[in-house]
Amino acid sequence: MSEGWTADEMMTVAAARQLRDGTACFVGIGLPSTAANLARATHAPNLVLVYESGCLGAKPDRLPLSIGDGVLADTADAVVSVPEVFNYWLQPGRIGIGFLGAAQLDRYGNINTTVIGKNYRDPTVRLPGAGGAPEIAASCGEVIVVVRQNLRTFTDRVDFVTSAGYGSGPGHRERLGLHGRGPRVVITDLGVLEPDPDTCELTLTCLHPGVTVDRVRAATGWELAVAERLTRSPQPTEQELTVLRALESTKEGVLH
Amino acid sequence: MSTAVRIPNITQSEKTGRLMAKLVSLAQGVADLLRDGDVVALEGFTHLIPFAAGQEIIRQRRKDLTLVRMTPDVIYDQLIGAGCARRLIFSWGGNPGVGSLHRFRDAVQNSWPVPLELEEHSHAGMANRYVAGASGLPFAVLRGYTGTDLPRHTTNIRTIACPFTGEVLTAVPALRPDVTVVHAQRADRAGNVQMWGITGVQKEAVLAARQSLVTVEEIVDHLEPVPGQVVLPSWAVTAVAEVPGGAHPSYAHGYSVRDNDFYLAWDTISRDRDTFQGWLEQHVLKVETPA
Repeated sequence: MSEGWTADEMMTVAAARQLRDGTACFVGIGLPSTAANLARATHAPNLVLVYESGCLGAKPDRLPLSIGDGVLADTADAVVSVPEVFNYWLQPGRIGIGFLGAAQLDRYGNINTTVIGKNYRDPTVRLPGAGGAPEIAASCGEVIVVVRQNLRTFTDRVDFVTSAGYGSGPGHRERLGLHGRGPRVVITDLGVLEPDPDTCELTLTCLHPGVTVDRVRAATGWELAVAERLTRSPQPTEQELTVLRALESTKEGVLH
Repeated sequence: MSTAVRIPNITQSEKTGRLMAKLVSLAQGVADLLRDGDVVALEGFTHLIPFAAGQEIIRQRRKDLTLVRMTPDVIYDQLIGAGCARRLIFSWGGNPGVGSLHRFRDAVQNSWPVPLELEEHSHAGMANRYVAGASGLPFAVLRGYTGTDLPRHTTNIRTIACPFTGEVLTAVPALRPDVTVVHAQRADRAGNVQMWGITGVQKEAVLAARQSLVTVEEIVDHLEPVPGQVVLPSWAVTAVAEVPGGAHPSYAHGYSVRDNDFYLAWDTISRDRDTFQGWLEQHVLKVETPA
Protein backbone atom coordinates (compact mmCIF):
# COMPACT_ATOMS: atom_id res chain seq x y z
CA MET A 1 0.00 0.00 0.00
CA SER A 2 1.33 3.39 -0.98
CA GLU A 3 -0.10 4.94 2.18
CA GLY A 4 1.87 2.47 4.27
CA TRP A 5 -1.08 0.53 5.68
CA THR A 6 -3.36 -2.28 4.50
CA ALA A 7 -7.14 -2.34 4.00
CA ASP A 8 -7.45 -4.76 6.94
CA GLU A 9 -5.49 -2.36 9.16
CA MET A 10 -7.79 0.50 8.12
CA MET A 11 -10.83 -1.67 8.94
CA THR A 12 -9.47 -2.60 12.38
CA VAL A 13 -8.56 1.01 13.18
CA ALA A 14 -12.01 2.22 12.04
CA ALA A 15 -13.66 -0.40 14.25
CA ALA A 16 -11.51 0.54 17.25
CA ARG A 17 -12.46 4.21 16.82
CA GLN A 18 -16.14 3.26 17.23
CA LEU A 19 -15.54 2.08 20.81
CA ARG A 20 -16.15 4.70 23.47
CA ASP A 21 -14.15 4.72 26.68
CA GLY A 22 -15.91 3.36 29.75
CA THR A 23 -18.36 1.08 27.96
CA ALA A 24 -18.64 -2.67 28.36
CA CYS A 25 -18.01 -4.53 25.13
CA PHE A 26 -18.79 -8.18 24.35
CA VAL A 27 -15.80 -9.33 22.31
CA GLY A 28 -15.32 -12.32 20.02
CA ILE A 29 -11.95 -13.60 18.91
CA GLY A 30 -10.31 -12.33 15.70
CA LEU A 31 -10.98 -8.84 14.36
CA PRO A 32 -13.31 -7.73 17.18
CA SER A 33 -10.77 -8.73 19.82
CA THR A 34 -7.95 -6.99 17.94
CA ALA A 35 -10.00 -3.81 17.50
CA ALA A 36 -11.16 -3.78 21.13
CA ASN A 37 -7.61 -4.24 22.42
CA LEU A 38 -6.37 -1.52 20.06
CA ALA A 39 -9.03 0.84 21.44
CA ARG A 40 -8.05 -0.04 25.01
CA ALA A 41 -4.38 0.67 24.24
CA THR A 42 -5.15 4.03 22.59
CA HIS A 43 -8.21 6.23 23.21
CA ALA A 44 -10.32 3.99 25.46
CA PRO A 45 -8.20 2.79 28.41
CA ASN A 46 -11.33 2.08 30.47
CA LEU A 47 -13.09 -0.06 27.89
CA VAL A 48 -14.42 -3.15 29.66
CA LEU A 49 -13.77 -6.29 27.63
CA VAL A 50 -16.18 -9.17 28.22
CA TYR A 51 -15.36 -12.56 26.69
CA GLU A 52 -17.97 -15.33 26.52
CA SER A 53 -15.58 -17.72 28.25
CA GLY A 54 -16.52 -15.89 31.45
CA CYS A 55 -13.75 -13.27 31.66
CA LEU A 56 -15.20 -9.90 32.65
CA GLY A 57 -12.95 -6.86 32.37
CA ALA A 58 -9.99 -8.68 30.81
CA LYS A 59 -6.86 -6.56 30.31
CA PRO A 60 -4.54 -8.74 28.21
CA ASP A 61 -1.08 -7.36 27.41
CA ARG A 62 -1.00 -9.46 24.23
CA LEU A 63 -3.70 -10.59 21.83
CA PRO A 64 -5.45 -13.72 23.08
CA LEU A 65 -5.40 -16.58 20.58
CA SER A 66 -8.76 -17.86 21.68
CA ILE A 67 -11.61 -16.58 23.84
CA GLY A 68 -10.44 -18.98 26.53
CA ASP A 69 -6.79 -17.91 26.54
CA GLY A 70 -5.27 -18.02 30.04
CA VAL A 71 -4.13 -14.39 29.77
CA LEU A 72 -7.80 -13.32 29.84
CA ALA A 73 -8.49 -15.15 33.11
CA ASP A 74 -5.25 -13.88 34.67
CA THR A 75 -6.09 -10.23 33.96
CA ALA A 76 -9.88 -10.18 34.40
CA ASP A 77 -11.84 -8.36 37.13
CA ALA A 78 -13.87 -11.54 37.52
CA VAL A 79 -13.98 -15.00 35.98
CA VAL A 80 -17.50 -16.42 35.96
CA SER A 81 -19.22 -19.47 34.48
CA VAL A 82 -20.68 -19.46 30.99
CA PRO A 83 -24.32 -19.64 32.20
CA GLU A 84 -23.56 -16.58 34.35
CA VAL A 85 -22.11 -14.59 31.42
CA PHE A 86 -25.23 -15.11 29.36
CA ASN A 87 -27.89 -15.00 32.11
CA TYR A 88 -26.60 -12.35 34.51
CA TRP A 89 -24.48 -10.12 32.31
CA LEU A 90 -25.71 -10.25 28.71
CA GLN A 91 -29.45 -11.00 29.00
CA PRO A 92 -30.41 -8.09 31.32
CA GLY A 93 -28.65 -5.56 29.06
CA ARG A 94 -25.53 -4.87 31.14
CA ILE A 95 -23.28 -4.91 28.05
CA GLY A 96 -23.32 -1.73 25.96
CA ILE A 97 -21.74 -2.95 22.75
CA GLY A 98 -21.68 -6.30 20.98
CA PHE A 99 -19.06 -6.89 18.32
CA LEU A 100 -19.98 -9.40 15.59
CA GLY A 101 -18.54 -10.78 12.37
CA ALA A 102 -20.53 -12.37 9.54
CA ALA A 103 -20.25 -14.93 6.76
CA GLN A 104 -23.25 -13.31 5.06
CA LEU A 105 -24.92 -9.97 5.74
CA ASP A 106 -28.01 -8.46 4.10
CA ARG A 107 -29.23 -4.89 3.62
CA TYR A 108 -31.05 -4.97 6.98
CA GLY A 109 -27.99 -6.12 8.88
CA ASN A 110 -29.22 -9.69 9.41
CA ILE A 111 -26.26 -12.02 9.90
CA ASN A 112 -25.61 -15.60 8.81
CA THR A 113 -22.84 -17.70 10.37
CA THR A 114 -24.64 -21.07 10.14
CA VAL A 115 -24.87 -22.51 6.60
CA ILE A 116 -24.32 -21.38 3.02
CA GLY A 117 -26.95 -22.87 0.70
CA LYS A 118 -30.73 -22.97 0.70
CA ASN A 119 -31.05 -26.39 2.32
CA TYR A 120 -30.12 -26.42 6.00
CA ARG A 121 -29.91 -30.23 6.11
CA ASP A 122 -27.80 -30.43 2.95
CA PRO A 123 -25.72 -27.25 2.91
CA THR A 124 -23.15 -26.14 0.35
CA VAL A 125 -20.90 -25.00 3.20
CA ARG A 126 -21.36 -25.81 6.85
CA LEU A 127 -20.18 -22.86 8.98
CA PRO A 128 -19.43 -22.95 12.75
CA GLY A 129 -22.91 -21.79 13.79
CA ALA A 130 -24.37 -19.38 16.30
CA GLY A 131 -22.20 -19.47 19.41
CA GLY A 132 -23.13 -16.45 21.49
CA ALA A 133 -24.15 -14.28 18.52
CA PRO A 134 -28.00 -14.47 18.52
CA GLU A 135 -28.26 -13.20 22.08
CA ILE A 136 -25.43 -10.69 21.64
CA ALA A 137 -27.35 -9.27 18.64
CA ALA A 138 -30.58 -9.26 20.66
CA SER A 139 -29.46 -8.00 24.08
CA CYS A 140 -26.40 -5.74 23.80
CA GLY A 141 -27.28 -2.03 23.80
CA GLU A 142 -26.04 -1.81 20.23
CA VAL A 143 -24.05 -3.91 17.78
CA ILE A 144 -20.99 -3.18 15.66
CA VAL A 145 -20.42 -5.55 12.73
CA VAL A 146 -16.93 -5.95 11.31
CA VAL A 147 -16.68 -7.78 8.01
CA ARG A 148 -14.78 -7.69 4.72
CA GLN A 149 -16.96 -6.39 1.91
CA ASN A 150 -17.43 -8.57 -1.19
CA LEU A 151 -20.26 -10.10 -3.23
CA ARG A 152 -20.09 -13.43 -1.42
CA THR A 153 -20.68 -11.81 1.97
CA PHE A 154 -22.88 -8.79 1.15
CA THR A 155 -25.83 -10.68 -0.20
CA ASP A 156 -29.39 -9.65 -1.06
CA ARG A 157 -30.78 -12.35 1.23
CA VAL A 158 -28.90 -14.31 3.85
CA ASP A 159 -29.35 -18.09 3.54
CA PHE A 160 -29.98 -18.39 7.29
CA VAL A 161 -30.67 -15.76 9.94
CA THR A 162 -28.28 -16.62 12.78
CA SER A 163 -28.44 -13.18 14.40
CA ALA A 164 -31.19 -10.65 13.86
CA GLY A 165 -30.43 -7.21 12.48
CA TYR A 166 -33.46 -5.14 11.45
CA GLY A 167 -35.35 -8.20 10.15
CA SER A 168 -37.42 -7.10 7.17
CA GLY A 169 -37.24 -3.40 7.96
CA PRO A 170 -38.71 -0.70 10.23
CA GLY A 171 -40.55 -1.91 13.32
CA HIS A 172 -39.34 -5.51 13.01
CA ARG A 173 -37.14 -5.51 16.14
CA GLU A 174 -39.87 -3.82 18.16
CA ARG A 175 -42.46 -6.41 17.06
CA LEU A 176 -40.10 -9.20 18.15
CA GLY A 177 -39.55 -7.50 21.52
CA LEU A 178 -35.77 -7.42 21.17
CA HIS A 179 -34.23 -5.32 23.92
CA GLY A 180 -31.07 -4.07 22.19
CA ARG A 181 -31.15 -1.46 19.43
CA GLY A 182 -29.41 -3.64 16.84
CA PRO A 183 -26.54 -2.93 14.43
CA ARG A 184 -25.50 0.72 14.72
CA VAL A 185 -22.65 0.48 12.26
CA VAL A 186 -21.00 -1.96 9.85
CA ILE A 187 -17.28 -1.45 9.34
CA THR A 188 -15.68 -3.01 6.29
CA ASP A 189 -12.31 -2.90 4.53
CA LEU A 190 -13.84 -0.36 2.10
CA GLY A 191 -15.87 1.94 4.30
CA VAL A 192 -18.63 2.35 6.85
CA LEU A 193 -22.34 1.58 6.54
CA GLU A 194 -25.07 2.74 8.90
CA PRO A 195 -28.79 1.97 8.99
CA ASP A 196 -30.98 4.69 7.51
CA PRO A 197 -33.14 6.08 10.36
CA ASP A 198 -36.33 5.75 8.28
CA THR A 199 -35.82 2.58 6.22
CA CYS A 200 -33.34 0.70 8.46
CA GLU A 201 -31.44 -0.12 5.25
CA LEU A 202 -27.65 -0.16 5.51
CA THR A 203 -26.39 2.98 3.79
CA LEU A 204 -22.83 3.83 2.83
CA THR A 205 -21.90 6.82 4.96
CA CYS A 206 -18.11 6.85 4.89
CA LEU A 207 -15.36 5.72 2.52
CA HIS A 208 -11.89 4.66 3.59
CA PRO A 209 -9.04 6.61 1.92
CA GLY A 210 -8.54 5.74 -1.74
CA VAL A 211 -11.86 3.83 -2.10
CA THR A 212 -14.56 4.93 -4.59
CA VAL A 213 -18.35 4.55 -4.33
CA ASP A 214 -18.30 2.40 -7.48
CA ARG A 215 -15.88 0.01 -5.87
CA VAL A 216 -18.12 -0.41 -2.83
CA ARG A 217 -21.18 -0.86 -5.06
CA ALA A 218 -19.35 -3.56 -7.02
CA ALA A 219 -18.71 -5.41 -3.75
CA THR A 220 -22.35 -5.26 -2.60
CA GLY A 221 -24.99 -7.79 -3.66
CA TRP A 222 -27.91 -5.34 -3.57
CA GLU A 223 -28.49 -1.84 -4.85
CA LEU A 224 -26.51 0.04 -2.27
CA ALA A 225 -27.94 3.24 -0.79
CA VAL A 226 -25.36 6.02 -0.45
CA ALA A 227 -25.68 8.92 1.98
CA GLU A 228 -25.96 12.42 0.54
CA ARG A 229 -23.15 13.61 2.75
CA LEU A 230 -20.53 10.96 2.34
CA THR A 231 -17.51 11.35 4.62
CA ARG A 232 -14.02 9.86 4.40
CA SER A 233 -12.23 8.03 7.20
CA PRO A 234 -9.11 9.75 8.52
CA GLN A 235 -6.03 7.67 7.72
CA PRO A 236 -4.70 5.49 10.53
CA THR A 237 -2.37 7.55 12.71
CA GLU A 238 1.22 6.57 13.43
CA GLN A 239 0.20 5.73 16.99
CA GLU A 240 -2.71 3.54 15.89
CA LEU A 241 -0.53 1.64 13.44
CA THR A 242 2.33 1.20 15.90
CA VAL A 243 0.06 -0.17 18.62
CA LEU A 244 -1.90 -2.36 16.18
CA ARG A 245 1.27 -3.90 14.72
CA ALA A 246 2.71 -4.49 18.18
CA LEU A 247 -0.51 -6.30 19.12
CA GLU A 248 -0.53 -8.33 15.88
CA SER A 249 3.07 -9.40 16.44
CA THR A 250 2.01 -11.15 19.65
CA LYS A 251 -0.06 -13.71 17.74
CA GLU A 252 2.36 -14.84 15.05
CA GLY A 253 1.45 -17.94 13.12
CA VAL A 254 -2.32 -17.65 13.56
CA LEU A 255 -4.15 -18.19 10.30
CA HIS A 256 -6.73 -15.44 10.82
CA MET B 1 -34.80 -38.82 26.77
CA SER B 2 -37.15 -39.44 29.68
CA THR B 3 -39.04 -36.42 30.94
CA ALA B 4 -38.97 -37.63 34.54
CA VAL B 5 -36.38 -35.94 36.72
CA ARG B 6 -33.91 -38.39 38.18
CA ILE B 7 -30.86 -37.75 40.30
CA PRO B 8 -27.51 -39.05 39.09
CA ASN B 9 -26.19 -42.45 40.08
CA ILE B 10 -24.12 -42.10 43.18
CA THR B 11 -21.43 -44.56 44.20
CA GLN B 12 -21.52 -45.75 47.76
CA SER B 13 -18.23 -47.08 49.07
CA GLU B 14 -18.55 -50.72 50.19
CA LYS B 15 -15.94 -50.21 52.91
CA THR B 16 -17.05 -46.98 54.52
CA GLY B 17 -20.67 -46.72 53.49
CA ARG B 18 -19.94 -43.11 52.44
CA LEU B 19 -20.99 -41.73 49.11
CA MET B 20 -17.87 -41.19 47.03
CA ALA B 21 -16.27 -41.22 43.61
CA LYS B 22 -14.32 -44.25 42.46
CA LEU B 23 -10.66 -43.74 41.59
CA VAL B 24 -10.06 -45.48 38.26
CA SER B 25 -7.64 -45.59 35.35
CA LEU B 26 -8.72 -43.68 32.25
CA ALA B 27 -9.32 -46.91 30.30
CA GLN B 28 -11.36 -48.42 33.12
CA GLY B 29 -13.37 -45.23 33.62
CA VAL B 30 -14.35 -45.08 29.94
CA ALA B 31 -15.03 -48.84 29.78
CA ASP B 32 -17.20 -48.77 32.92
CA LEU B 33 -19.25 -45.67 32.17
CA LEU B 34 -19.76 -45.40 28.41
CA ARG B 35 -22.00 -47.57 26.25
CA ASP B 36 -22.59 -47.42 22.49
CA GLY B 37 -25.57 -45.17 21.80
CA ASP B 38 -25.10 -43.08 24.96
CA VAL B 39 -25.63 -39.35 25.20
CA VAL B 40 -22.17 -38.09 26.16
CA ALA B 41 -20.99 -34.58 27.01
CA LEU B 42 -17.30 -33.68 27.04
CA GLU B 43 -17.13 -30.10 28.31
CA GLY B 44 -14.41 -27.53 28.93
CA PHE B 45 -14.59 -24.03 27.47
CA THR B 46 -11.27 -23.76 25.56
CA HIS B 47 -9.60 -24.46 28.90
CA LEU B 48 -9.63 -27.95 30.55
CA ILE B 49 -10.93 -29.85 27.52
CA PRO B 50 -10.77 -33.62 28.26
CA PHE B 51 -8.78 -34.59 25.13
CA ALA B 52 -7.22 -37.73 26.61
CA ALA B 53 -10.63 -39.08 27.59
CA GLY B 54 -12.02 -38.31 24.13
CA GLN B 55 -9.16 -40.20 22.53
CA GLU B 56 -9.73 -43.16 24.87
CA ILE B 57 -13.37 -43.22 23.66
CA ILE B 58 -12.01 -43.47 20.10
CA ARG B 59 -9.61 -46.29 21.13
CA GLN B 60 -12.47 -48.21 22.71
CA ARG B 61 -14.39 -47.78 19.43
CA ARG B 62 -17.61 -46.44 20.93
CA LYS B 63 -20.30 -45.95 18.30
CA ASP B 64 -23.64 -44.21 17.72
CA LEU B 65 -22.91 -41.67 20.44
CA THR B 66 -24.96 -38.51 20.75
CA LEU B 67 -22.18 -36.04 21.43
CA VAL B 68 -23.13 -32.94 23.40
CA ARG B 69 -20.89 -29.90 23.70
CA MET B 70 -21.25 -26.12 23.43
CA THR B 71 -18.15 -25.81 21.25
CA PRO B 72 -17.42 -29.06 19.41
CA ASP B 73 -13.85 -28.15 18.63
CA VAL B 74 -10.85 -30.29 17.80
CA ILE B 75 -11.66 -33.17 20.19
CA TYR B 76 -15.10 -33.62 18.61
CA ASP B 77 -13.56 -33.29 15.14
CA GLN B 78 -11.45 -36.33 16.12
CA LEU B 79 -14.42 -38.28 17.52
CA ILE B 80 -16.61 -37.44 14.50
CA GLY B 81 -13.84 -38.31 12.02
CA ALA B 82 -13.25 -41.61 13.84
CA GLY B 83 -16.90 -42.53 13.34
CA CYS B 84 -17.97 -42.51 17.02
CA ALA B 85 -20.85 -40.05 16.62
CA ARG B 86 -24.33 -40.41 15.19
CA ARG B 87 -25.71 -37.13 16.45
CA LEU B 88 -24.34 -33.80 17.67
CA ILE B 89 -26.03 -31.32 20.03
CA PHE B 90 -24.03 -28.10 19.93
CA SER B 91 -23.90 -24.33 19.54
CA TRP B 92 -20.61 -23.51 17.72
CA GLY B 93 -18.47 -25.94 15.73
CA GLY B 94 -15.12 -24.50 14.76
CA ASN B 95 -11.39 -24.62 15.46
CA PRO B 96 -11.12 -21.63 17.84
CA GLY B 97 -8.89 -18.88 16.50
CA VAL B 98 -8.09 -20.95 13.39
CA GLY B 99 -11.16 -21.65 11.25
CA SER B 100 -13.35 -24.59 10.32
CA LEU B 101 -13.52 -28.15 11.60
CA HIS B 102 -12.93 -30.22 8.49
CA ARG B 103 -14.03 -33.61 9.85
CA PHE B 104 -17.27 -32.05 11.16
CA ARG B 105 -17.85 -30.38 7.78
CA ASP B 106 -17.13 -33.60 5.89
CA ALA B 107 -19.64 -35.49 8.05
CA VAL B 108 -22.35 -32.84 7.58
CA GLN B 109 -21.75 -32.13 3.89
CA ASN B 110 -20.76 -35.64 2.70
CA SER B 111 -21.85 -38.07 5.47
CA TRP B 112 -18.25 -39.24 5.91
CA PRO B 113 -17.42 -41.56 7.65
CA VAL B 114 -21.06 -41.76 8.78
CA PRO B 115 -23.97 -39.30 8.54
CA LEU B 116 -24.13 -36.83 11.41
CA GLU B 117 -27.48 -35.59 12.63
CA LEU B 118 -27.43 -32.08 14.09
CA GLU B 119 -29.35 -30.44 16.89
CA GLU B 120 -28.24 -26.85 16.84
CA HIS B 121 -28.54 -24.19 19.55
CA SER B 122 -26.95 -20.95 20.70
CA HIS B 123 -24.46 -20.80 23.59
CA ALA B 124 -27.11 -19.24 25.83
CA GLY B 125 -29.53 -22.05 24.98
CA MET B 126 -26.99 -24.81 25.63
CA ALA B 127 -25.79 -23.25 28.89
CA ASN B 128 -29.37 -23.00 30.12
CA ARG B 129 -30.16 -26.57 29.06
CA TYR B 130 -27.33 -27.75 31.34
CA VAL B 131 -28.52 -25.44 34.13
CA ALA B 132 -32.00 -26.99 33.94
CA GLY B 133 -30.46 -30.46 34.02
CA ALA B 134 -28.30 -29.60 37.01
CA SER B 135 -31.29 -28.00 38.75
CA GLY B 136 -33.50 -31.05 38.30
CA LEU B 137 -35.97 -29.02 36.24
CA PRO B 138 -37.54 -30.18 32.97
CA PHE B 139 -36.72 -27.01 31.05
CA ALA B 140 -35.07 -23.61 31.19
CA VAL B 141 -36.41 -20.19 30.26
CA LEU B 142 -34.39 -17.52 28.51
CA ARG B 143 -34.75 -14.50 26.30
CA GLY B 144 -33.10 -16.08 23.31
CA TYR B 145 -33.26 -17.16 19.66
CA THR B 146 -35.80 -14.42 18.86
CA GLY B 147 -35.72 -13.38 15.22
CA THR B 148 -33.38 -16.19 14.19
CA ASP B 149 -33.94 -19.23 11.95
CA LEU B 150 -32.73 -21.68 14.62
CA PRO B 151 -36.22 -22.55 15.99
CA ARG B 152 -37.33 -23.61 12.47
CA HIS B 153 -34.72 -26.38 12.44
CA THR B 154 -34.51 -27.39 16.09
CA THR B 155 -37.71 -28.73 17.64
CA ASN B 156 -36.15 -28.38 21.10
CA ILE B 157 -36.62 -24.60 20.95
CA ARG B 158 -40.18 -23.53 21.85
CA THR B 159 -41.87 -20.43 23.23
CA ILE B 160 -43.63 -20.03 26.55
CA ALA B 161 -45.67 -17.16 27.99
CA CYS B 162 -44.57 -15.78 31.35
CA PRO B 163 -47.42 -16.64 33.78
CA PHE B 164 -46.99 -13.27 35.51
CA THR B 165 -46.50 -10.76 32.68
CA GLY B 166 -47.48 -12.67 29.53
CA GLU B 167 -44.11 -11.90 27.92
CA VAL B 168 -43.26 -14.52 25.32
CA LEU B 169 -39.97 -16.20 26.19
CA THR B 170 -37.97 -19.16 24.88
CA ALA B 171 -38.01 -22.57 26.55
CA VAL B 172 -35.39 -25.26 26.03
CA PRO B 173 -35.50 -28.74 27.58
CA ALA B 174 -33.02 -29.87 30.23
CA LEU B 175 -29.94 -31.69 29.00
CA ARG B 176 -29.41 -34.93 30.92
CA PRO B 177 -26.35 -36.68 29.46
CA ASP B 178 -25.87 -40.35 30.29
CA VAL B 179 -22.24 -39.44 31.00
CA THR B 180 -20.39 -36.14 31.31
CA VAL B 181 -16.61 -36.12 31.06
CA VAL B 182 -14.54 -33.14 32.22
CA HIS B 183 -10.90 -32.44 33.05
CA ALA B 184 -9.82 -30.58 36.20
CA GLN B 185 -6.63 -29.61 37.99
CA ARG B 186 -6.77 -31.73 41.14
CA ALA B 187 -8.66 -34.29 43.16
CA ASP B 188 -7.98 -35.77 46.58
CA ARG B 189 -8.00 -39.49 47.31
CA ALA B 190 -11.67 -39.37 48.27
CA GLY B 191 -12.45 -37.99 44.80
CA ASN B 192 -13.26 -34.37 45.68
CA VAL B 193 -12.48 -32.37 42.54
CA GLN B 194 -11.01 -28.88 42.40
CA MET B 195 -10.85 -26.71 39.30
CA TRP B 196 -10.14 -23.04 38.65
CA GLY B 197 -9.57 -20.49 35.90
CA ILE B 198 -12.10 -20.53 33.08
CA THR B 199 -14.59 -23.13 34.27
CA GLY B 200 -17.14 -22.77 31.46
CA VAL B 201 -20.13 -25.00 31.95
CA GLN B 202 -18.31 -27.99 33.47
CA LYS B 203 -19.94 -27.90 36.89
CA GLU B 204 -23.44 -27.71 35.38
CA ALA B 205 -22.65 -30.47 32.86
CA VAL B 206 -21.42 -32.81 35.63
CA LEU B 207 -24.42 -32.12 37.85
CA ALA B 208 -26.83 -32.58 34.92
CA ALA B 209 -25.46 -36.01 34.01
CA ARG B 210 -26.53 -39.38 35.33
CA GLN B 211 -22.87 -40.40 35.65
CA SER B 212 -19.61 -38.49 35.38
CA LEU B 213 -15.94 -39.12 34.77
CA VAL B 214 -13.43 -36.46 35.82
CA THR B 215 -9.83 -36.70 34.64
CA VAL B 216 -7.36 -34.65 36.71
CA GLU B 217 -3.79 -33.41 36.40
CA GLU B 218 -2.96 -34.94 39.76
CA ILE B 219 -4.41 -36.73 42.76
CA VAL B 220 -3.19 -35.23 46.03
CA ASP B 221 -3.53 -36.09 49.72
CA HIS B 222 -5.04 -32.72 50.62
CA LEU B 223 -6.62 -30.07 48.38
CA GLU B 224 -5.00 -26.69 48.99
CA PRO B 225 -7.56 -23.88 48.95
CA VAL B 226 -7.33 -21.83 45.73
CA PRO B 227 -9.09 -18.50 45.12
CA GLY B 228 -12.06 -18.83 42.82
CA GLN B 229 -11.90 -22.59 42.92
CA VAL B 230 -14.84 -24.82 42.12
CA VAL B 231 -15.08 -27.99 44.15
CA LEU B 232 -17.23 -30.84 43.01
CA PRO B 233 -17.64 -32.94 46.13
CA SER B 234 -16.73 -36.58 45.86
CA TRP B 235 -20.35 -37.67 46.18
CA ALA B 236 -21.38 -35.66 43.12
CA VAL B 237 -18.90 -37.44 40.84
CA THR B 238 -18.97 -41.07 39.68
CA ALA B 239 -15.29 -41.67 38.85
CA VAL B 240 -11.98 -39.82 38.90
CA ALA B 241 -8.91 -40.75 36.86
CA GLU B 242 -5.44 -39.24 37.17
CA VAL B 243 -4.35 -38.22 33.66
CA PRO B 244 -1.49 -35.68 33.73
CA GLY B 245 -1.61 -33.57 30.57
CA GLY B 246 -5.09 -34.93 29.84
CA ALA B 247 -6.25 -31.59 28.45
CA HIS B 248 -3.50 -31.24 25.83
CA PRO B 249 -3.56 -29.41 23.36
CA SER B 250 -5.92 -27.29 25.47
CA TYR B 251 -4.54 -26.40 28.88
CA ALA B 252 -4.92 -26.64 32.64
CA HIS B 253 -4.44 -23.26 34.35
CA GLY B 254 -1.49 -23.51 36.73
CA TYR B 255 -0.17 -26.68 35.06
CA SER B 256 0.21 -26.05 31.34
CA VAL B 257 -0.35 -23.54 28.53
CA ARG B 258 -2.46 -23.96 25.42
CA ASP B 259 -0.58 -25.61 22.54
CA ASN B 260 -1.63 -23.11 19.88
CA ASP B 261 0.71 -24.71 17.34
CA PHE B 262 -1.29 -27.93 17.53
CA TYR B 263 -4.57 -26.10 16.85
CA LEU B 264 -2.95 -24.53 13.79
CA ALA B 265 -1.47 -27.87 12.67
CA TRP B 266 -4.89 -29.51 13.05
CA ASP B 267 -6.18 -27.44 10.13
CA THR B 268 -3.76 -29.30 7.82
CA ILE B 269 -4.04 -32.70 9.50
CA SER B 270 -7.84 -32.72 9.37
CA ARG B 271 -8.40 -31.24 5.91
CA ASP B 272 -7.75 -34.51 4.06
CA ARG B 273 -9.35 -37.87 4.98
CA ASP B 274 -6.17 -39.92 4.48
CA THR B 275 -3.95 -37.51 6.40
CA PHE B 276 -6.47 -37.54 9.22
CA GLN B 277 -6.64 -41.33 9.30
CA GLY B 278 -2.85 -41.57 9.32
CA TRP B 279 -2.72 -39.16 12.24
CA LEU B 280 -5.45 -41.07 14.09
CA GLU B 281 -3.66 -44.37 13.58
CA GLN B 282 -0.32 -43.04 14.81
CA HIS B 283 -1.35 -40.68 17.61
CA VAL B 284 -4.49 -42.28 19.03
CA LEU B 285 -5.14 -45.88 18.01
CA LYS B 286 -1.57 -47.13 18.43
CA VAL B 287 -1.06 -45.38 21.76
CA GLU B 288 -0.97 -47.75 24.72
CA THR B 289 -2.99 -46.55 27.67
CA PRO B 290 -1.88 -47.33 31.19
CA ALA B 291 -4.14 -49.97 32.73
